[in-house]
Amino acid sequence: MFKKILIANRGEIACRVIKSARKMGIQTVAVYSDADRNALHVKMADEAVHIGPPPANQSYIVIDKIMEAIRQTGAEAVHPGYGFLSENMKFAEALEKEGVVFVGPPSPAIEAMGDKITSKKIAQGAGVSTVPGYMGLIADADEAVKISKEIGYPVMIKASAGGGGKGMRIAWNDEEARDGFQSSKNEAASSFGDDRIFIEKFVTQPRHIEIQVLADKHGNCVYLHERECSIQRRNQKVIEEAPSPFLDEATRKAMGEQACALAKAVGYTSAGTVEFIVDGNRNFYFLEMNTRLQVEHPVTELITGVDLVEQMIRVANGEKLPFAQKDLKINGWAMESRLYAEDPYRNFLPSIGRLTRYRPPVEAATPTGVVRNDTGVYEGGEISMYYDPMIAKLCTWAPTRAEAVEGMRQALDTFEVEGIGHNLPFLSAVMDHPKFCSGDMTTAFIAEEYPDGFQGVTLPEAELRKVAAAAAAMNRVAEIRRSRITGRLGNHERKVGDDWVVSLQETDFALKIAADRNGATVTFEDGHSVRVASDWTPGQALARLDVDGQMVVLKVGKIPSGFRIRTRGADMKVHVRTPRQAELAKLMPEKLPPDTSKFLLCPMPGVVVKISVEEGQEVQEGQALATVEAMKMENILRAEKKGVVKKIAAEAGASLKVDEVIMEFE
Amino acid sequence: MKDILQQLEDRRQQARLGGGQRRIDAQHARGKLTARERIELLLDDGSFEEFDMFVAHRATDFGMQAERPAGDGVVTGWGTVNGRMVYVFSQDFTVFGGSLSETHAQKICKIMDMAVQNGAPVIGLNDSGGARIQEGVASLAGYAEVFQRNIMASGVVPQISVIMGPCAGGAVYSPAMTDFIFMVKDTSYMFVTGPDVVKTVTNEIVTAEELGGASTHTKKSSVADGAFENDVEALAEVRRLVDFLPLNNREKAPTRPFFDDVARMEESLDTLIPDNPNMPYDMKELILKVADEGDFFEIQKDYAGNIITGFIRLEGQTVGVVANQPMVLAGCLDIDSSRKAARFVRFCDAFEIPILTLVDVPGFLPGTGQEYGGVIKHGAKLLFAYGEATVPKVTVITRKAYGGAYDVMASKHLRGDFNYAWPTAEIAVMGAKGAVEILYRSELADKDKIAARTKEYEDRFANPFVAAEKGFIDEVIQPHSTRKRVARAFASLRSKKLSNPWKKHDNIPL
Repeated sequence: MFKKILIANRGEIACRVIKSARKMGIQTVAVYSDADRNALHVKMADEAVHIGPPPANQSYIVIDKIMEAIRQTGAEAVHPGYGFLSENMKFAEALEKEGVVFVGPPSPAIEAMGDKITSKKIAQGAGVSTVPGYMGLIADADEAVKISKEIGYPVMIKASAGGGGKGMRIAWNDEEARDGFQSSKNEAASSFGDDRIFIEKFVTQPRHIEIQVLADKHGNCVYLHERECSIQRRNQKVIEEAPSPFLDEATRKAMGEQACALAKAVGYTSAGTVEFIVDGNRNFYFLEMNTRLQVEHPVTELITGVDLVEQMIRVANGEKLPFAQKDLKINGWAMESRLYAEDPYRNFLPSIGRLTRYRPPVEAATPTGVVRNDTGVYEGGEISMYYDPMIAKLCTWAPTRAEAVEGMRQALDTFEVEGIGHNLPFLSAVMDHPKFCSGDMTTAFIAEEYPDGFQGVTLPEAELRKVAAAAAAMNRVAEIRRSRITGRLGNHERKVGDDWVVSLQETDFALKIAADRNGATVTFEDGHSVRVASDWTPGQALARLDVDGQMVVLKVGKIPSGFRIRTRGADMKVHVRTPRQAELAKLMPEKLPPDTSKFLLCPMPGVVVKISVEEGQEVQEGQALATVEAMKMENILRAEKKGVVKKIAAEAGASLKVDEVIMEFE
Repeated sequence: MKDILQQLEDRRQQARLGGGQRRIDAQHARGKLTARERIELLLDDGSFEEFDMFVAHRATDFGMQAERPAGDGVVTGWGTVNGRMVYVFSQDFTVFGGSLSETHAQKICKIMDMAVQNGAPVIGLNDSGGARIQEGVASLAGYAEVFQRNIMASGVVPQISVIMGPCAGGAVYSPAMTDFIFMVKDTSYMFVTGPDVVKTVTNEIVTAEELGGASTHTKKSSVADGAFENDVEALAEVRRLVDFLPLNNREKAPTRPFFDDVARMEESLDTLIPDNPNMPYDMKELILKVADEGDFFEIQKDYAGNIITGFIRLEGQTVGVVANQPMVLAGCLDIDSSRKAARFVRFCDAFEIPILTLVDVPGFLPGTGQEYGGVIKHGAKLLFAYGEATVPKVTVITRKAYGGAYDVMASKHLRGDFNYAWPTAEIAVMGAKGAVEILYRSELADKDKIAARTKEYEDRFANPFVAAEKGFIDEVIQPHSTRKRVARAFASLRSKKLSNPWKKHDNIPL
């Protein structure tokens, strides 16, 4: 076995690889850029080598720098993680030349699977089901229409070199095919410098389901079943699970076997993923093969018990797979939520800054449930803008899907992240979405269910009651404490009452609280009562309460006469007032938040570098309005829609807070 | 007999109605509560004891004798906030627009005298159209009587003003002399002369809100210490503030049960200071992580953001915090921040509230604006305030403590009891670059040489150890242990006794 491996990556995946390597008794070497000097992967590794400035193209993906780090440390093998150099053939070749083992597939396999058209041809040759379509180069729009007709509408017109939705069009008829061909071609030429276009059947009700394969250098190849990754936002996976709630045994077997056939056809070794698109009738079509460890590999590990990183290292070392296909069963259900440093209330704008608080749920593994958190950050760490905004992968496992989802709800509620915007509320919202809970989703789930973005969750009344009861109980503790201050007028102390009105999410609950040794009984106006028990004390940011036998986890902050409570994707101001206070509070005018649609607000704290427009100027959608420097990076703020600049409120050089007005539109 | 008892109830009922239901409804329609409703929200349930409910004015000019409502436009008395005694007056806008008459003033003076005698804070809820014109000079005399009492009570009992409606003309000077002024957004304003007079005299056209609204006074003038969304929120927050304050200058700051670990370690503080010495960071994070339960009541949040002032608790007891904020103007001292912090320090000292000072200060802000504005004397206010303060003073230097600003920020030399420094601290006469430019002026042309000199200076002085060698720093501490170290420092100072030489009063550079 190798004595030392280098991990040519950062963040959670570097940490993940280090964990397995350490378990195997292998020394680890981390590499880091200036921005990652204090990063977790650097702290965890046995050695760390500095490889340059923050931008990845000056550090993490510079092959020479990695090679130099290998030479310096004498690492015998390199695990590339995902992204960066993981599917870079030149890197694999460079390692080969130096006699360093690449923990991944052989370079010809990387090359073969790297191109969409080539990989599709190889897949067809290996008997893998592919999307009906035309593989050759298409000369002009007439030919495109002809081919589209042959395949049958709807069709998808795609750039061969494409990715990320660029150079992609859907056509439902001849006219759209003609237009789509031309615009795809133009976009492909400008985006990728490669205007090759192909046309294929557009799959309706599509799901993204992928097969994990693992092959050794002795001709053995197995599949570790599927992962369902249909919950995506703009082609970015958000929630994954294994197995898929949609596949039956026969489909699973067929997909698995075809995936293995493809792997064998390209001489694949190590872990790889064959991605399929699956339609509503369980027809599946090959999409592409990822010749690396996938981000979402933990869900496969949780249902199979296989440590994929360990197996990758063993395969790289020339060992045989320790199991055969028949040994690989699906055990229970696993969920993964990707925690992104993206603000869901600001259209998922990346958020950077210091993690003033970062307390993931406690990892645990029992026969009835597992909580696993793969992370690369820590409290007090910095989220920089140079890298992927994913900061953690929270996984839960349980014997059934429903239990795994419930486990995820609890884990998300327990996860404390402050200092940056993050998508925890959105993840919680999806976990409670009936469509998701039923397993009936397609890759369009987020676009269809959240067409106007995410505005937070409005809880159903039953949930609101639980929160209200919990808030009343917490308020009682807080108020009694307040009444125990020194300097009281003896015998004339304040008596904390039993009658309260709890207001949250536009709903008022008049209630009575009666405390006893074991907790409190909260009785609502309609006679309905609940029991609340908790050891919460004022100041605790996380409250775990037993409400009628159910565990309720709340993130608790303080506001005047109440709490800010976050749970299940809802972010609420919860006021707890005496009936008289509530009556008087009703007299207060409702102050609507100012309409900000007519303003350009500073999206992050920073310094205005430049104002690109003048008062009275008409601006077009997408036009640059101002440049704000934050964290030494310049961010160009663009017009969201056409309009006329009415007033410019900030000048170049001004230091702005988040949400400060930069300019106003008419 | 029964009739007589009933008569009392009837009279009370009448008095409670103030200016009548129609005016009460109008008050509500403006988004404001009545004087009595406000008192209900301010005090513990049922704790209010009223004085002078039946006082009526004695004016006869302008037909005033025809209308003599009970209470005369102000409700006064005492009650408790979480069981602790406070005196309160609440002006009733429904009675003659809350205007101040001779008798109205006498009611306020009565409770102020009692407050000073009995050692309890005075809370004034202001909602008044101003002087009662019909009473002429008697009304002015009334104001002056109140002013005199504000002055006498200052430093004896805490005085809090909440502006919940108009407060104009001479009326503003009573709140102005109290310890804290809070305003209600959109429904309150304060000015010496109103928009009409301003227009006549200066031709300036300005709205009442622009001239003296909550935003103006919390952000521009610093007259107010905070602003709240509405009456309900304002009164809830005043209750919260009262919990931080001692009842009078003979008592220690209050203590209440706390649920936090005194020795709580905050590992994340070890990375609070960025690698780059010119990068800002948020000092509030340190305050919140040091404080019991992360509870911080900030004073003048929206003004002079380069310094932070406010109250926290350590081991359940109130501590005043003054902290440079590197996020704003690099945390430098200037006119505004010096004045803001000086007043806060003096309040704490007057009321035996220990002071925690968190230092990251690159110096005083340079420029003609500052010099012409008198930064010398304004900066001296903070220096003076710290130097004269006899309360426990604990200082933590997190990063920069440069030049005269180092001396000012509760240094050891100003009788600071504890001066702690983080390992990232740089206690020096100035930053390396500036120092090298002065020390090695002749070498300025040679970039390499200057770089070497700068490095040399940094190595020698950009640390806490030069100061520690001299005993100016008592101990260099790990950032993660700050809460524990600071709490223990204050614990050791619980019996601190220090007094200044007898004087009639000092002559702080006002």
